[in-house]
Amino acid sequence: MAVCIAVIAKENYPLYIRSVPIQNELKFHYTVHTSLDVVEEKISAVGKAMADQRELYLGLLYPTEDYKVYGYVTNSKVKFVIVVDSSNTSLRDNEIRSMFRKLHNSFTDVMCNPFYNPGDTIQSKAFDSMVSAMMVQVS
Amino acid sequence: MMSPTQWDLPPELCCRPMAFVALTGLDVTYNAIHRAIWDAFCANRRADRVPISFKVLPGDHEYPKCRTKRTSYEWYIPKGILKTGWMNKHLNLVPALLVLFYELDWDDAVWKEKQSECATKVEIVRTSLQGRNTKVAVVLIQKKTPLPPGEDLVASERAASLCNACDLSGKSLFVLPHTDHLVGYIIRLENAFYEHAQTYYYTEIRRVKSHKEFLNKTTHQLLFVRHQFKIAFFSELKQDTQNSLKYYRTAYSLVHELRTHETNMLEIKAMAGFINYKICRLCFQHNTPLDAIAQFRKHIDLCKKKIGSAELAFEHTAWMSKQFQSFGDLFDEAIKLGLTAIQTQNPGFYYQQAAYYAQERKQQATHLCAHEASVSSPSPDHLETSSGALDFYGQRAWRQGHQSIDPPHMEKEKGGILALQMKEKDVPHSELIIALLSNAVAQFKKYKCPRMKSHLMVQMGEEYNHAKDYTKALKLLDYVMCDYRTERWWSLLTSILSTALRCSYLMAHVKDYITYSMELVGRASTLREEQKSRIEKNLIKVLMNEVPEAEPDCDQASAKAAQALWSDRMSLAGSNVFTIEVQDYVPFVQCKAKFLSPSFHVDDPVQLHVYLRADCPHPVRFSKLCVSLSNQEYNQLCVVEEPCKSQDILEASSQENMCLVPGKTRIYSFKFVAKTEDVGKKIEITAVDLMLGSDNGRCVFLNWRGGGGDAASSQEALLAARSFKSRGRVPEQHVEWDNVSIQANTMIISRIPKISVQLSHEPPALNNEMYRITVSIQSNEETVTKDVKLTAGLKPGQDANLTQSTHVTLNGLEMCDESHPALLPDIAIGDLQPGEKVEKCLYVRCVTTGTRIFLFHVAYALSTKVEGKDITCKCHKDETVTIETIVPFEVAVKFVSTKFEHLDRVYVDIPFLLMTDILSASPWPLHLVTSQLQLAPTMAAMDQPQSQVEQVMLQTGECASECFSLQCPPVLNGTSSVASGQYLISWKRKSSCADAPVVTTVVTLPHVMVETIPLYVHAELPSFGRVRESMPVRYHIQNRTGLVQDVEMSVEPSDAFMFSGLKQVRLRILPGAEQEMLYNFYPLMAGYQSLPQLNISLLRFPAVSGQLLRRFLPSRIFVKPQGRQADDASIAAA
Repeated sequence: MAVCIAVIAKENYPLYIRSVPIQNELKFHYTVHTSLDVVEEKISAVGKAMADQRELYLGLLYPTEDYKVYGYVTNSKVKFVIVVDSSNTSLRDNEIRSMFRKLHNSFTDVMCNPFYNPGDTIQSKAFDSMVSAMMVQVS
Repeated sequence: MMSPTQWDLPPELCCRPMAFVALTGLDVTYNAIHRAIWDAFCANRRADRVPISFKVLPGDHEYPKCRTKRTSYEWYIPKGILKTGWMNKHLNLVPALLVLFYELDWDDAVWKEKQSECATKVEIVRTSLQGRNTKVAVVLIQKKTPLPPGEDLVASERAASLCNACDLSGKSLFVLPHTDHLVGYIIRLENAFYEHAQTYYYTEIRRVKSHKEFLNKTTHQLLFVRHQFKIAFFSELKQDTQNSLKYYRTAYSLVHELRTHETNMLEIKAMAGFINYKICRLCFQHNTPLDAIAQFRKHIDLCKKKIGSAELAFEHTAWMSKQFQSFGDLFDEAIKLGLTAIQTQNPGFYYQQAAYYAQERKQQATHLCAHEASVSSPSPDHLETSSGALDFYGQRAWRQGHQSIDPPHMEKEKGGILALQMKEKDVPHSELIIALLSNAVAQFKKYKCPRMKSHLMVQMGEEYNHAKDYTKALKLLDYVMCDYRTERWWSLLTSILSTALRCSYLMAHVKDYITYSMELVGRASTLREEQKSRIEKNLIKVLMNEVPEAEPDCDQASAKAAQALWSDRMSLAGSNVFTIEVQDYVPFVQCKAKFLSPSFHVDDPVQLHVYLRADCPHPVRFSKLCVSLSNQEYNQLCVVEEPCKSQDILEASSQENMCLVPGKTRIYSFKFVAKTEDVGKKIEITAVDLMLGSDNGRCVFLNWRGGGGDAASSQEALLAARSFKSRGRVPEQHVEWDNVSIQANTMIISRIPKISVQLSHEPPALNNEMYRITVSIQSNEETVTKDVKLTAGLKPGQDANLTQSTHVTLNGLEMCDESHPALLPDIAIGDLQPGEKVEKCLYVRCVTTGTRIFLFHVAYALSTKVEGKDITCKCHKDETVTIETIVPFEVAVKFVSTKFEHLDRVYVDIPFLLMTDILSASPWPLHLVTSQLQLAPTMAAMDQPQSQVEQVMLQTGECASECFSLQCPPVLNGTSSVASGQYLISWKRKSSCADAPVVTTVVTLPHVMVETIPLYVHAELPSFGRVRESMPVRYHIQNRTGLVQDVEMSVEPSDAFMFSGLKQVRLRILPGAEQEMLYNFYPLMAGYQSLPQLNISLLRFPAVSGQLLRRFLPSRIFVKPQGRQADDASIAAA
């Protein structure tokens, strides 16, 4: 399960960022922010012509000593980042993919809300509870 | 450079091991030959030379003593894994090969003595290397070039005897002639040495391996590691890196098989670190970086949890930090040698992790080493050893060689730990961390990770802050702050700003302090309300020139020092005015300025609104708001000012004009009358300044460049535009902040003219005529319009050729020419009373056809009152008209014979006709005044030609024709083309007035071919005949040549006529003379009848045919029937 989940706007500012409360929140913010370097590089590496066929899931962005950072980019260049504890070896690539898919679906629901203003931070209860379900449960 | 610390890897581990060969018997100081030999060994050791490290040693040098070899390991308990001196011993002290240099030629006079001296020297060396397997070789330095092997019998004999005397094998004796090819000989020599060294290390490996059978797994575990390491190291010396790597890997797994407990944890980690370093190094050397990375990951995973003593936890983190750092160094070195790294796998990550552990170490150190000042280092110093260094790597100074689980002396152990903690206290942690971070920054910069780089720079800044180097901290933080601001990561920005605020507080940097506070209480900050409130209160204190309260998380001593600094600042007079350019920040007051319209007429006041809004928790009072405009003369009109007393800042009342209530938008409107000089110019808001504080305390100008807005506002405006809220109706009066858009410039445009300009004319214009355009100007102003001026003519900016071919004048009585311009500027009209109307006629002459645009620009001045101010406005009105110019008529010219037959050439002295047709193309009736024929000298008129079209009116499509009878005087040669002359038509429009000038159009007549003929015939006959009435016909035949012509003539019979005269005759005509032939024709039938054909042939000019001549003669005649008696009326009718 994730320790931090973030949604980043096309312009690279955070739309939503949530981390496990017990740990240093700021550290996760930095982790997510620095991971954008790799995301940008990966997006630009895919040629313009191939942009349509590009896979949305970017895979493991970079491993740190303590965390693994995974990325996903929608066609509208909105980025999802999931940070997982390195010690959590039970998570397979497939599970990460399905987490991203769930996140994407829920994000699409948010976007479909006529009262949501694209570019604003996400303040949806449904989205929140979906993210909570994917986070490491802190007892 | 920092001095090496306990954690640095020993240099003998990090170097590349090379076979060690010692050279003796060389006197490199005093003997030039020896010096040259030594230099040849040392200099230019490039990659293509064998890897040997040479050293010159004296003959009596003492080598490390070899301990007696152990015969049994049964009772031996090892004291540690690896002795600290071992690697150095084999790299630099114990040679693989010892080479004795000796000057001796084969034919030396005292050969025997020399031989025995050499043998003695060899013996001395052998003794000092007692017990070692080191090989000894002898090199004889000879002056003579040796003969090829086998030829010099003396040499081979003496060589054998020398080998015998020195107890050397033949392979160990070398000869070095110092001749021209010294380097070549040296290279051959060292290759031979290298082989010997290889053998030596091979035997060493064998020797170490042979110990293995004596060892048992319970007591000799340490020896397994030691021996494996030694084998690997010898293999490396032997340059057998593949096997070396294999042995190191075995050694590595053996290390981790050792029983670990608190007392030997450090030793195990130290050895594991060494072996890991060697493995990674070799992997990079073998160009298998992924193996290196995998090994390193394994190493870290295995060792991460081996913390050891909790009281010395910082040792573990220090060691971890070093592991990462040395791997980063290895990686970086490999890159320098050609390895390519990628964004997600580069040395930066290792340096970053090293920095992370260094930070951990620092935290643990501050936590574990927080002893009271009274606690001093225990004496005697537990960290001192008798030799000054440790015997084994990774052991404790106070219990060297101790290998059991529990420490031998509890008391000593405690003292030792305390001593280590005291020592740790003096470590410059921040310095280490910053060095690692900056290494990482350099790497991430190289591998395109700007955000990672910024993050590390933030960490560096924070570390500088901890190290109390606030200036450097602020420099770094300031540098990255804008990156986070533009990327809109407010949470991160807030954290950086908080650090920066603390730094500026501690340094008492007033301006920085204000700048950071301003942003921290603003909307970009993610701080909680109470934090913002605290910062705002501090900010107000600073504005009142008081000392702000300390920032949280400042240690007491620093806070105290800062208080003192602030107090000093307070007493310091002057320099209390600060201007902060807030454009690039997100300050707590937002500002948007806009002109109410993108343009203002000069007679309307310019209106300008400044919207202000505060985002801080408490209301703010300001004392001045001023707008700077591009024309500074208006600045004084755009100021709101109300000096406040110092207590006003504290108790800002929301009712006041100069008070900004959080979340409420305040509008300040300004109005001014633009200067008439600014008409047509742009007025721009260059800056908006908001003054906070007061003159007697501190005052701060928040300065917005242009019409306001800050680092965040453009994005906010974009979002607001997208928002569904913006589409809803907003009640009047209520200003939605997001919907206010900045309008930083406006145009001052001239007053709307109240004047009418009308044009009357009759298009199209005719080519070359004086085309009349009547301009009528009527004033609809309420006051007198002064100084009315008309500029009229061709509108500038059209085809340049039009300017040359268009002429404008006011005088319609004269034809205008090139001297007249295409545009008449500033025709003075004078003043106009309200309602007065003026007409002006303008004549345009267009020399070429085509379309032209004409401009009529009426300018005038007018006095008016705006906002109680008298101003003189200049107004103008433009009218344009497009006029087509066409040709008035087409002229067609043709040459015909007197019989109206078309002529393509004319004959000398024979009359012909010139016919002109004037076809009107003008939609308006034309008045042809007259026409004139101007003949060229090559043409002559038969009579006085008079115009036949004088005073003719031509309607559209009508045609006027003229006919002139002409003839050509003789030409020089038989045939030539001659000019005919010109045809002049004078005309004007029918509608133009009587005194309008007449336009003369000149038509150049075409050239015509003139031909001379030798004979000319013409007939003289009545215009008609009558049946049965004889009519006389006289043919004149002229000879136009200078020769006598023989002419044969005949008349052919015709059915319609009877005739009398010579039917066939042959005659001679003298030059220039004329022969007359008379016939009487008697018509027989009525109607058009062919005359009897006259055939003429010239005997001298067969080319001149009868056909040609017949053209000059009539071929038919009208014959009237025989009427009753002559009837004059009927004749007239015919």
